[in-house]
Amino acid sequence: MYPPRFKYEAPDTVEQAIELLRQGQGEAKVLAGGQSLVPMMKLRFAAPEMLIDINNIPGLAYHGADPDGTYRIGALCRHVDLEKAEDLAEQQPTMAAAAPLIADPIVRTRGTLVGSVCHADPQGDWASVMSSLGGSIVAQGPNGRRSILVADFVAGPFQNVLRPDELAIEAVVPAPVGTRAGSYLKLERRVGDYATVGVAVSLEFSGNEVARAGIGLTSVGASTINAGEAAQELVGDDLNAGAIERAADLAAQASRPRTDHRGSEAYKRHIVATFVTRILSNLRLTIQEVA
Amino acid sequence: MTIDEIKIGGLGASRSRVEDNRFVRGKGNYIDDISLPGMLHMEILRSPLAHARIKSIDASAAWAIPGVRLVLTGELMASRNLAWMPTLSYDTQAVLATDKVRFQGQEVACVVADDPYIAKDACEAIIVDYEPLAAIVNPTQAMADGAPIIRDDKENQHDNVIFDWEIGDKDGTDRAFADADVVSELELHYPRSHPSPIETCGSIADFDRSTSKLTLYMTSQAPHIIRAAVAMVAELPEHMIRVVSPDLGGGFGNKVPIYPGYVVSILASILLERPVKWIEDKTGNLISTGFGRDIYLRGQLALRKDGKILGVRMHADSDHGAFFSDAQPSKFKIGLLHSAFACYDIPAAHLTARGVYTNKAPGGVAYRCSFRVTEAMFFQERMVQAAADDLGIDQAEIRRLNFVRDDDFPHRTPFGFLTDSGQYRKCLDIGLEAIGYEDFLKEKQEAKKNGRLLGIGISTMTEPLGAGNSREYDILGIKMFDSAELRVHMTGKAILRTGAKSQGQGHETTWAQIVAHELGIPAEDIVVEEGDTDTAPFGMGTYASRSTPVAGAAVSMVSRKIRAKARKIAAHLLEVSEEDIDWELGRFFVRSSPDTGVTIQECAMAAYSNVPDGMEPGLENNAYYDPPNLTWPFGCYITTVEVDPETGVWDVLKVVAVDDCGVRINPMIVEGQIMGGLAEAYAISSMQMITFDEQGNCVGSNYMDYLLPTAWETPGFELHEVVTPCPHHPIGAKGVGECATVGGPAAFVNAVLDALKDTGVRNIDMPLLPDRVYEALTEHHDVSGAPPLRTGS
Repeated sequence: MYPPRFKYEAPDTVEQAIELLRQGQGEAKVLAGGQSLVPMMKLRFAAPEMLIDINNIPGLAYHGADPDGTYRIGALCRHVDLEKAEDLAEQQPTMAAAAPLIADPIVRTRGTLVGSVCHADPQGDWASVMSSLGGSIVAQGPNGRRSILVADFVAGPFQNVLRPDELAIEAVVPAPVGTRAGSYLKLERRVGDYATVGVAVSLEFSGNEVARAGIGLTSVGASTINAGEAAQELVGDDLNAGAIERAADLAAQASRPRTDHRGSEAYKRHIVATFVTRILSNLRLTIQEVA
Repeated sequence: MTIDEIKIGGLGASRSRVEDNRFVRGKGNYIDDISLPGMLHMEILRSPLAHARIKSIDASAAWAIPGVRLVLTGELMASRNLAWMPTLSYDTQAVLATDKVRFQGQEVACVVADDPYIAKDACEAIIVDYEPLAAIVNPTQAMADGAPIIRDDKENQHDNVIFDWEIGDKDGTDRAFADADVVSELELHYPRSHPSPIETCGSIADFDRSTSKLTLYMTSQAPHIIRAAVAMVAELPEHMIRVVSPDLGGGFGNKVPIYPGYVVSILASILLERPVKWIEDKTGNLISTGFGRDIYLRGQLALRKDGKILGVRMHADSDHGAFFSDAQPSKFKIGLLHSAFACYDIPAAHLTARGVYTNKAPGGVAYRCSFRVTEAMFFQERMVQAAADDLGIDQAEIRRLNFVRDDDFPHRTPFGFLTDSGQYRKCLDIGLEAIGYEDFLKEKQEAKKNGRLLGIGISTMTEPLGAGNSREYDILGIKMFDSAELRVHMTGKAILRTGAKSQGQGHETTWAQIVAHELGIPAEDIVVEEGDTDTAPFGMGTYASRSTPVAGAAVSMVSRKIRAKARKIAAHLLEVSEEDIDWELGRFFVRSSPDTGVTIQECAMAAYSNVPDGMEPGLENNAYYDPPNLTWPFGCYITTVEVDPETGVWDVLKVVAVDDCGVRINPMIVEGQIMGGLAEAYAISSMQMITFDEQGNCVGSNYMDYLLPTAWETPGFELHEVVTPCPHHPIGAKGVGECATVGGPAAFVNAVLDALKDTGVRNIDMPLLPDRVYEALTEHHDVSGAPPLRTGS
């Protein structure tokens, strides 16, 4: 690979990284897993003046739940760490379903969840998963930290709302109000291909009743889509067939796919509805079995 | 003591591949591993547009970058009479564009610099002023009235048609159709695919002014053809050209043609008097080098009610891109497309073909097939399937009914080929048994009641492999024979060289096995060398599954020459006359006294130490082999699938392959070839395509868009074998490297269409992506053409 000339820095602390970002004045890029950035530099689609490699910064590779159930994923937590985390299915079922579907095993070994969300590729899986969970990104700048909802964090295709001198430190999923359930389905032409369509559904149950719901859609718009109306349709009710059908319709309506070599607009909408229905129907079966 | 042939790694031994010793250790020597003192690096600037007039090229900013040694444009090439080069199909191809660019990715300029980073930066600094022209991306557009003429560089080219060609018996075929009870029709597109070797193309040209010798290291499947072509095009004397093709990371037909990068690197080295390395990137490989297929086929079968095929009509519109540079035998304009229906006994056939220029990359290489045979067999098996459906006849039965019978060989096909051997029914029966045909049909009916869609697809093929006999097969007039040279050293060890060039086929292993079979010298005592034109004998290279049929036969023949001389030496050593000795593997003995004998190794020592009076010392020879006919392997591939009616996603349940490639030299390597071929067949049928938008932009220019299947999605394969020896090959072998790629796709497509049979859908063009299957399933119509330009009908 022959990218244009760039400066390479590998700071040891978050503070140094932030200082380098400040110096970079918007022309610096953070290198975590590099699984999107490096190919883009190779194709010369991206030509940052400076790469700030954060892999030497200790203490960012964590993932896990706080005592209150808040789930945190550090900026250097690799996809593979989540894929192999044994308690993830119980604590974060939607994430557990998505982790083995991220790209291919090679990418999963290096790539990071936080980096994927920051990259804001509308075809990225994690942003829709985090969006369905009501997750946030914690950004740190010279003046401290702030938390930004993923739904607000993604500003458009390959755009996020980080300021030039802010570093994304972690992703945070808020503590649940009920029992978590959820899944992620992805239609892809081949392992490692971008999704033709991806659907993330995250629910929290209070008894048989849906107390909280989120639906995130991958690859069916110019950026990750949060199908809030569709999710709202499920709240306050048991997961009955009527609610599932209405949610599936609304999710399909919320999608904004384009016809391309992966499929037609109509087909992709149909897959959104089919996947929402499949996930919810399966969850209903599981709940009925538990009950 | 009789030698156990398997133990010495002879015929039939599944010996581990000797080349893997270095490959698995990362010690292979590929083009990019070679570094010469003072070597410079070349990068190509490619056209972003599919069709445009070049108004001006300003390279001053590139020249100004420190470390830039040379900027080459079409103008510079033209001053050396090298702006255009001849193709292997008697056309011309631009080396660097002078007047127009004719496809996206075409070579416009090259920069030679101290390192590849500088070269790439400097390419970006070249300013090209283009005047965009309307792009033509398919044959329909190319042949439309008033279509812009792509090749306005050629005198007498007043449209976009390259050739109109026909073969067969038109009148006889018309009569067959007049007698038909039923006529079945089918129209389809075999999409553009790419051989896509993992290693891209590249070269290092090293012109030494002091010796006037050009050494060209390059990725070529046919180094000797390259030497001849360079001698003719660059007007360098042939003895001053040495082409070295080192280890190749795959070829699949992609590394047969001559590409502009090679030519420019040669001129750059001559001008700069330093070695110049060019290594193509993956996108460059996918968008500019030899593609496969891209052909529109339509045809008809004249049928009797009982399923007997009386005649065939076929027409092909083939899209060759901007330059007609197919690598194929000169005599046949559309390759061996007329090998279609060769395994069926059909009295009459007629084929017409039209080739056109479009604003797409040139190529039309034989991607893992013998010159358009893949398209021929795919169409044949889709057509037979359609006929079975039209007549309501079982798909296995219609094939069985029409197969050439075992005792009908040699058999003249309706297009004039002479097939010589096969057991077609037996292969089909083994396949049906293995897949559990009758049970599956019942299971399918049961599943239907529960809304599940199961399907089964059959495909068969016989492939004309091993071009070929010199009466009919040549490239640029050079006859398509091959050669081998064998030197047996005094201790009985040997070196074998051939004019073929392995790209992963395992020649270093299998050639030694043939020598072991002929001479009884253990395979491990024989080293095999290929790819260096200064040392290897002349040969036409490795492609179209021709190496075992032609070069492999030459290995047999040269070994037999060695054995003939060794026999004379043995007679001398045993002090008997030649007529009184017999041969068993590795040993001559006195017929009347079998315990008295000499080994081939003892003969080798004597060849250098104790030859009979009047005999030349030494034990070496060469053989040029001109095969009397092609070889005709047969394959039967059967696949079962389940289609998800809600998404159009289809899963492969089982794949059974029955291959008859004659005698197998190394069964393990043969099985590997078949599995690799089936993986490619699955890829082409399910996910792979290089398509173009209306502006001629290539969709499929990298591995995110052009999909190679991985172990994750590739189904498992169950392999079976039948052995019908080739009657004319010295050891009875037939070609096999490509059979499964050729015959496989139709099995997958037929299976999916079988699952959709109730919808009345007759065709979905490959790749059978889920959206296309879903559209056919829900809207009950064919889905044809290349997306995004495809149309429902």
